Amino acid sequence: MANIMIQGSKGAYVFYLPKRDLEDNIVSMEFDTPEKWGGEIRLNNGGTYYIEPQAAPARLPISLRAKRLDAAE
Amino acid sequence: MSALTREETEALIQEVLEVYPEKAKKDRAKHLAVNDQSIEQSKKCITSNRKSLPGVMTIRGCAYAGSKGVVWGPIKDMIHISHGPVGCGQYSRAGRRNYYVGTTGVNTFGTMNFTSDFQEKDIVFGGDKKLAKLIGEIEQLFPLNKGISVQSECPIGLIGDDIEAVSKKAAAETGKPVVPVRCEGFRGVSQSLGHHIANDAIRDWVLPRRDGKAFEGTPYDVAVIGDYNIGGDAWSSRILLEEMGLRVVAQWSGDGTIAEMEKTPYVKMNLIHCYRSMNYIARHMEEKYSIPWMEYNFFGPTKVAESLRAIAANFDDKIKEGAERVIAKYQPLMQAIIDKYKPRLQGKRVMLYVGGLRPRHVIGAYEDLGMEVVGTGYEFAHNDDYDRTIKDMGNATLLYDDVTGFEFEEFVKKVKPDLVGSGIKEKFIFQKMGVPFRQMHSWDYSGPYHGYDGFAIFARDMDMTLNNPCWGKMQAPWLKKDESVAEKAAA
Repeated sequence: MANIMIQGSKGAYVFYLPKRDLEDNIVSMEFDTPEKWGGEIRLNNGGTYYIEPQAAPARLPISLRAKRLDAAE
Repeated sequence: MSALTREETEALIQEVLEVYPEKAKKDRAKHLAVNDQSIEQSKKCITSNRKSLPGVMTIRGCAYAGSKGVVWGPIKDMIHISHGPVGCGQYSRAGRRNYYVGTTGVNTFGTMNFTSDFQEKDIVFGGDKKLAKLIGEIEQLFPLNKGISVQSECPIGLIGDDIEAVSKKAAAETGKPVVPVRCEGFRGVSQSLGHHIANDAIRDWVLPRRDGKAFEGTPYDVAVIGDYNIGGDAWSSRILLEEMGLRVVAQWSGDGTIAEMEKTPYVKMNLIHCYRSMNYIARHMEEKYSIPWMEYNFFGPTKVAESLRAIAANFDDKIKEGAERVIAKYQPLMQAIIDKYKPRLQGKRVMLYVGGLRPRHVIGAYEDLGMEVVGTGYEFAHNDDYDRTIKDMGNATLLYDDVTGFEFEEFVKKVKPDLVGSGIKEKFIFQKMGVPFRQMHSWDYSGPYHGYDGFAIFARDMDMTLNNPCWGKMQAPWLKKDESVAEKAAA
């Protein structure tokens, strides 16, 4: 689990992982509705992370805990 | 010498790496790269923010240097206690030339050194009592201080002192902020982690202090963050922002005060000059207070104009007009400077090795003078810094991360730049090698270099260094080749 930050407005999220200085666009997010938001997220560089599905945050950026499924390295 | 090709640069790196033992060679190879603008992510070509190898000469600092020296130190109306043995504070005291206004020792304390001067007994029995006593004495002797920060040196973390408890107690007694900072030197690989720890301390102990309090704001409030006012840099930046109609509420850590920092959560936009040392707090304020932030670059007229327009783009037409007015006002002045110095500096090649933001930010200023940066590197950058650098540097130029003394010397011998820009530790080596040198940390006791006014000084300094007659006198007259003798005979 790593602390991450999701930035940007609806439709174009940016993923930021401070520990790795990784700042990248999110290409797809499993759930992206106001009620259910999160799940598996895929980054532009090919890495995938998982954030617990939750209600969409009222405003961005937001700090979250994410699980690494597959890093791009 | 003309610019190196990609193959030549790669061969140069290989040649320099040759002297290392196998393991060190493998490690160092990852930190040296040939710039390729087509690469999107720097980690594909260069590794950064890794532990330096024991035995090589690194130029890095420690977490304490990053926190006390960079982020906290320049906050002028606070007293920063170097908590631990006396040396760390004393030998770094007042070395950074972050100018400030005030009466030192009365209401400002920037160049003073406060230390708890740890002795053997403090290591054995703990130094918390001493710290509490020290804070009491400070309150008595310097009653106009606006707060205290406790900057830990290595032993504090090693012996496990509870500086947080002492600080909380002292803060309750004095009613002023007392900020414990866990920036022991052994943390992290360079000063970079110190910046992060210091940012976190500001986040936890300073920013929330005025939450919910009234603030009379305007739509044009901005904060200048990460401009350390080296030789007056922040002042020459601030006047430009004010001239275009913005209100600068806070100048962080460059002629900054704690009151300004506490007011920052109310601004409309954070302007970040040094991304490396201050992005953490900007990101935090974006999340907690919804304040957008942006990086800007105030080196050289091209970049200043670019940055002023980029800053203005976030505000209304009044500011946009203001930006154009400022640019138009200074344009003829800058053209006069370029006309004067460009012919003297045209085509000269520069190698840089600095920290923070300068290895990429000053490239524009050199280009304005017709000079070319052929090699650049950071002491303590992370990958995101190199991501930004790759685009600014020409193709097939050298990139070096945490370069060692040996590598840097060899690169300079082979690339033969006309100017090297780095720090005091490198200065005399290169000057003795006959290479013109400027300190790019402290502006070689000159400055400011930021903003339009700064560019005039920058151009003059570069000319002064490069075209100094002393570089033609590196050889003793009796050792000079015959041609000069023949020349004399002919005359």
